[in-house]
Amino acid sequence: MGIKIVSRQLSGEYEKVLRREQRSFMTGNEVVAWAALAAGADLMYGYPITPQNEIMHYWARLTPHFGRGFLQTEDEMSAGFAMPGGALVGKKTFSATAGPGNILMQEPIAMAEMMRIPGVWIIQQRGGPSTATVIYSQQELRLTATGGNGEGLRIVYSTASHQELFEYTIKAFNSAWRYRFPTFVLGDGYQAKMREAVTLFRPENRGWELVPAEPILCLPGVPARDRDPVHLRNTFNLEEELYTRLMDQLAVYERIAPEVTEWEAEVPPEPEVLLVAHGIVARAARQAKESLNRQGWKVGYFRPVTVRPFPGQALRQIAAASPNLRLLVVESAYGQLLAMVKAELYGLTNPVDSLLKPGVGITAEEIAAAVDQTEEGEAVS
Amino acid sequence: MTEGQKPVLQETPGNTKLPLSWRKETKPHRFCPGCGHGIALKALGEVVDELGILDRVLYGCDIGCSLLSWDFFNFDNIQTHHGRTIPVIVGAKRARPELIGIAYMGDGGGYAIGAQHLVNAAQRGEKITAILANNTLYAMTGGQMAPTTLPGQKTGTTPYGREEAKTGLPMLGPELVAAIAPEGSYVARATVGEYQQLKKYLQKALLNQMTGGGFSFVEVLSTCPTNWRTNAKQTWAFLQGEMPRYYKVGEFRTADAPPGEEEG
Amino acid sequence: MVAEKTWKILIAGEGGQGVQSIGELLAEAAFQAGKEALYIPNFGVEQRGGVSIAFVQIAEGSIGAPKFQKADLVAVLSERAGERIKGYLRAGTIYLYDQSAFKPPVIDDRTVGIQGYETVAPEAFARMTGAEPGPPPRPPAADGVRLVGIPAAQVAKTELTNRVFNIIVLGAIVQLIQVLSPAQVEAAIEKKFGEKFRAKPELKTWNLQALAKGLELVAAPEPVRS
Ligand SMILES: Cc1ncc(C[n+]2csc(CCOP(=O)(O)OP(=O)(O)O)c2C)c(N)n1
Ligand code: SF4
Ligand SMILES: [Mg+2]
Repeated sequence: MGIKIVSRQLSGEYEKVLRREQRSFMTGNEVVAWAALAAGADLMYGYPITPQNEIMHYWARLTPHFGRGFLQTEDEMSAGFAMPGGALVGKKTFSATAGPGNILMQEPIAMAEMMRIPGVWIIQQRGGPSTATVIYSQQELRLTATGGNGEGLRIVYSTASHQELFEYTIKAFNSAWRYRFPTFVLGDGYQAKMREAVTLFRPENRGWELVPAEPILCLPGVPARDRDPVHLRNTFNLEEELYTRLMDQLAVYERIAPEVTEWEAEVPPEPEVLLVAHGIVARAARQAKESLNRQGWKVGYFRPVTVRPFPGQALRQIAAASPNLRLLVVESAYGQLLAMVKAELYGLTNPVDSLLKPGVGITAEEIAAAVDQTEEGEAVS
Repeated sequence: MTEGQKPVLQETPGNTKLPLSWRKETKPHRFCPGCGHGIALKALGEVVDELGILDRVLYGCDIGCSLLSWDFFNFDNIQTHHGRTIPVIVGAKRARPELIGIAYMGDGGGYAIGAQHLVNAAQRGEKITAILANNTLYAMTGGQMAPTTLPGQKTGTTPYGREEAKTGLPMLGPELVAAIAPEGSYVARATVGEYQQLKKYLQKALLNQMTGGGFSFVEVLSTCPTNWRTNAKQTWAFLQGEMPRYYKVGEFRTADAPPGEEEG
Repeated sequence: MVAEKTWKILIAGEGGQGVQSIGELLAEAAFQAGKEALYIPNFGVEQRGGVSIAFVQIAEGSIGAPKFQKADLVAVLSERAGERIKGYLRAGTIYLYDQSAFKPPVIDDRTVGIQGYETVAPEAFARMTGAEPGPPPRPPAADGVRLVGIPAAQVAKTELTNRVFNIIVLGAIVQLIQVLSPAQVEAAIEKKFGEKFRAKPELKTWNLQALAKGLELVAAPEPVRS
């Protein structure tokens, strides 16, 4: 399915930006709006919160020209619950939020998770807890990956550049509608507000197939005459009913996890240190790695792209191959990624160090300095 | 029934003919004997039959005893979260305007935890039909005070009776919605005690959506003998005698009566 | 640390001075010139007042973290901003500042943009720069900083117009970093303000003259070393 151009007014812009694959210079929020357009999103339901506001602004500006929809709801719960409403009747719906809004979103996300209703959420992390800052953090990792009162059957892509914001937003729509688990693009305030280069494109031009949205409710025909009525619920009378349902869902999730999981790894022979970071911090980690390599350090780099499902096996293999390899986990949060890493390495003896700076950015220089400290890290087991 | 209890089987009161849009496989239904939800939903089923819209209805039910209707009808259903049925139906209606969206909820769902959704959907003139069963308390959780509990009424959380000074007076939902909804809205309060009038109001509420009028809202005075701890006679007396002292039955906004002009 | 030279540039001033426009234009010009470029404003919850800071990085290779701890060049447009960004200085940082003998501008709070974005910067600045002479701002006492003072506000006021004050500063930065051609910066200015220029052609003349002035102001005297 392509983009239906309703008005000619913006179609010129569209031709230029998407079809000609022109390199553009813009903010991450703007990139997300274009990506949603390219991914064939039909409707955005949203509630204002910094630093994601401009996604709504750009989307609201684009929609009338492309026959898409936007509604500003009374709060994040309303936006989150309107999403499955639209998805159930066959439309691609999405929202964007951050911080306290991400907390309120957890309720509808839990329902989508239970009922396997597709939806895409863009999370532009801000400082926490509470209102904290509107600027930046990586403190919403745990909430986004495993929030809610369930098992965290979600797909979460943590992006590190505008190009990735664009590509993974499109991918998120595909994953959401292919696998029917709530799907997230985990960005942050820096990615939201900064400007850098990006090449926007029509996914179809790259041979990317867009997964169509199929209605789950309100299919053609008179219910009970032409077809059975569809009755969906998230409430069960018996423990056993829930257990059976959940075990089925977990089996599906575990089956699809290997094809969903993505990571980046660069490991030199006989590595001494492995930098582990996700999202925007991974950029600094990679730079630190390169500069340390030039100084003769045998430093590797590992970046989970999907933080849920987590590429644990890949990480574990690297660590297990070099028992003396020291890991340095770097994040703008106080141990959220670290906990995931340690869980995956359980039983191995690799020392694990960390550079944890909740709510502030981390530079390549700081990471390089942390590697330089010769102290032994603590072992995981 | 209360959360965790086994379903209690019962016959539908009054007319024993089942509406076409009722799903026979799931009858008898799961409400307690004498529960008003069953009557309200029977009226809704008959109205859907009469309007011939079975193929276009999307029905959403809340958490509360309304959830027991998740497989009640022959139309498609989404059972949502406590208080969140309005946004789900709004989301679907905005996505597919040709559908007829019905959000069915209790007084706790509509006036307490989900009040912001009712108020804002009404104020935006969302083209959906919201139906709210007012049984003066939180039934499914075992009978606690709701915004609609009558002064002096005993509930699990007002064991000595609701005191105005501490917890206010009963919430007047249709009056509130009528005051804020834009032109084209339909707002009424019906009662399971007046079946034909209840049907008439539900029909008008659906017709208003079908003709693109605007937001439609019907509060239905309902019964909960289980949590009221009343027998058949006492239940009827409370519904017909006590509740109308605070809750005026009638239409508050119709297509012909512009905002501000109440009908009776 | 990094093989390819990355220019880390910090611009700091009062809200309404056009700080973010400088940042945006620099990054846009670098992008147009085929370099890697990243610009990010500082933003917070306050809707008005405060020091406005823009972070810009220009590189041949890839860019890491969006913000940085030490700058290669800082452009300081008010004394208060100078205080605020002290931590970003290192030995060798180029410290470009406005040494015009004017009182620091009085900020009209209503004109400061939302959450760090200035929407009406040049116009607002034109209204609020006081004509009143005052002492020139004191340069910082940091060690090893290369001081470059320019009379940007004075030149804007006496030779052009207050509105293009920030473009003079932009010109000076371009001259100091030596990685962008004037034509590339002119193209970025045209892209950002093209519509305004069409409505008011003299704006374009002022802007281009301001850019040329800025380039000149630091080209003439050798940067002062402290
Ligand atoms: C977020 C949340 N809070 C609390 C509950 C528990 N709960 C279930 S039903 C209910 C009250 C239902 O009362 P009402 O809406 O009046 O419906 P009724 O059962 O009376 O028909 C509550 C509080 C819940 N399911 N979800
Ligand atoms: S509302 Fe009351 S009577 Fe009706 S099903 Fe619930 S508990 Fe039973
Ligand atoms: Mg109730």
